[in-house]
Amino acid sequence: MKFKSIVKNGIITENPTFRLVLGTCPTIAVSTSAANGLGMGLAATFVLLGSNLVISLLRNFIPDKVRIPAFVVIIASFVTIVELLMKAFLPALNESLGIFIPLIVVNCIILARAEAFASKNGPIASAADGIFMGLGFTMSLVIISSIREILGAGTWFGAQVLGASFQPATMFAQAPGGFIVFGFYIAAANLIVGYFEKRKGAKA
Amino acid sequence: MEQAKFVASSSPHVRGRQTVQSIMLDVCIALLPSALFALYRFGAYSWAVLFSCVAGSMITEWACNKLMKKPNSLKDLSAVVTGLMLGMCCPPTVPLWLPFVGGVFAIGIVKMPFGGLGHNFLNPALAARAFLLASWPSMMTTWSNAVDAVSGATPLEAYKLGQPAGYSDLLFGHVDGSIGEVCKIALLVGAAYLIIRKVINLNTPVGFVVGVAGFAWIFGGYGGLFTGDPLYALLSGGALMGAFFMCNDYTTSPCTPAGQFLMGLLAGILTGVIRRFGAYVEGVTYAILFLNVCTPLIDRYIRPKAFGEGKAK
Repeated sequence: MKFKSIVKNGIITENPTFRLVLGTCPTIAVSTSAANGLGMGLAATFVLLGSNLVISLLRNFIPDKVRIPAFVVIIASFVTIVELLMKAFLPALNESLGIFIPLIVVNCIILARAEAFASKNGPIASAADGIFMGLGFTMSLVIISSIREILGAGTWFGAQVLGASFQPATMFAQAPGGFIVFGFYIAAANLIVGYFEKRKGAKA
Repeated sequence: MEQAKFVASSSPHVRGRQTVQSIMLDVCIALLPSALFALYRFGAYSWAVLFSCVAGSMITEWACNKLMKKPNSLKDLSAVVTGLMLGMCCPPTVPLWLPFVGGVFAIGIVKMPFGGLGHNFLNPALAARAFLLASWPSMMTTWSNAVDAVSGATPLEAYKLGQPAGYSDLLFGHVDGSIGEVCKIALLVGAAYLIIRKVINLNTPVGFVVGVAGFAWIFGGYGGLFTGDPLYALLSGGALMGAFFMCNDYTTSPCTPAGQFLMGLLAGILTGVIRRFGAYVEGVTYAILFLNVCTPLIDRYIRPKAFGEGKAK
């Protein structure tokens, strides 16, 4: 039962992107193509899983006063792992995500989950929270970046989806397009989630 | 019967004869000379571009109202004006889907999500133009001379290249440029109509004109300070269009006369800066959009004096 609520929390009720509105900087900056969005989301998911697990295991040993620096050290270690792995095995993705991989350290989703969840819950629940928060973030990034890639370049994961006669609206690949799509995504997601919650409330 | 004597209603109690609809209709009429000139100079295709813009705006406005379950607002003509304005600042050679997409963007993204008429923080037509320019830059800057089918440079490009056009050509529109901005006489006739009908006041336009001309005079010349050509700056590009039709949009310009003048002045100066030092040849769109965003700030610091309020001690 608890596991189920963690899943729902991460992906819908407390979705980092459209509910908590955390980590907006990478959301807007790297969501230029679906592959970038997926890569960024999975990298963040890995860091979330690792940091949540380790922080949860150490939660009784970390003095309260220095918990934030301690969290950041743990998070930074996992980010370094991701960065080195990506450089070794996915150099092209590493190239296109650039500075935003090391910047996962300061992604507020990760610190927020460490502070709000991992430091108060057991390791298994924390690991699950990390995974599903990460997946919620990944889902949002993939949706936003798919819209931006299709409109801004006419491709999806690099494959041509709209006909050759389609003239891509390059603005969607640039920063203003990121803000516009992000805004509409938040609105639409909350509309849909709100609709289902209302229907559930009416039933109960 | 008794009740009829005591009508309780909220303000305003005294209404003028102007309505949103009548103002918008006046703007349409004021744009007519420019549109007619475009028909003469660029041919029927330019009207197709205008209609495509208007159709995009109107269909989107209707659809947004349907979606948001709001009353249909097509009758206030504001969507028509937005579409016309956008069409006026498109080149006469764009493919017809492009102005349509622009109209959809202007209404569906800039206007309706913020609450519709009177709530948008940017001028929808200009924001849509900026979107089109950022998305399809080559189409939005291809000006071909419809008369002799030779693609020419706009007066501003020509000025940067050191071969300016003549004043009379500028004034009477024998130059290349966007559909509505080439003939300055037609624009001025439209503006005069709006002023006579008291649809617009002169605060913002005068500020804008002073800003553009002043900047061009001081910094616009290539031979040192105070060697620029203020008249050329005013008569080329979208300066007059911006001054009289774009900059003084009610929703996105300040409320007080002083604020309106300041906004026009700053937009004019910024236009000059972009033209002279920027990568773009024309800066009216971005200058006005930037000042649209600054409008709440201007309104915050320049406030009207309340009736009966004493001098500040």
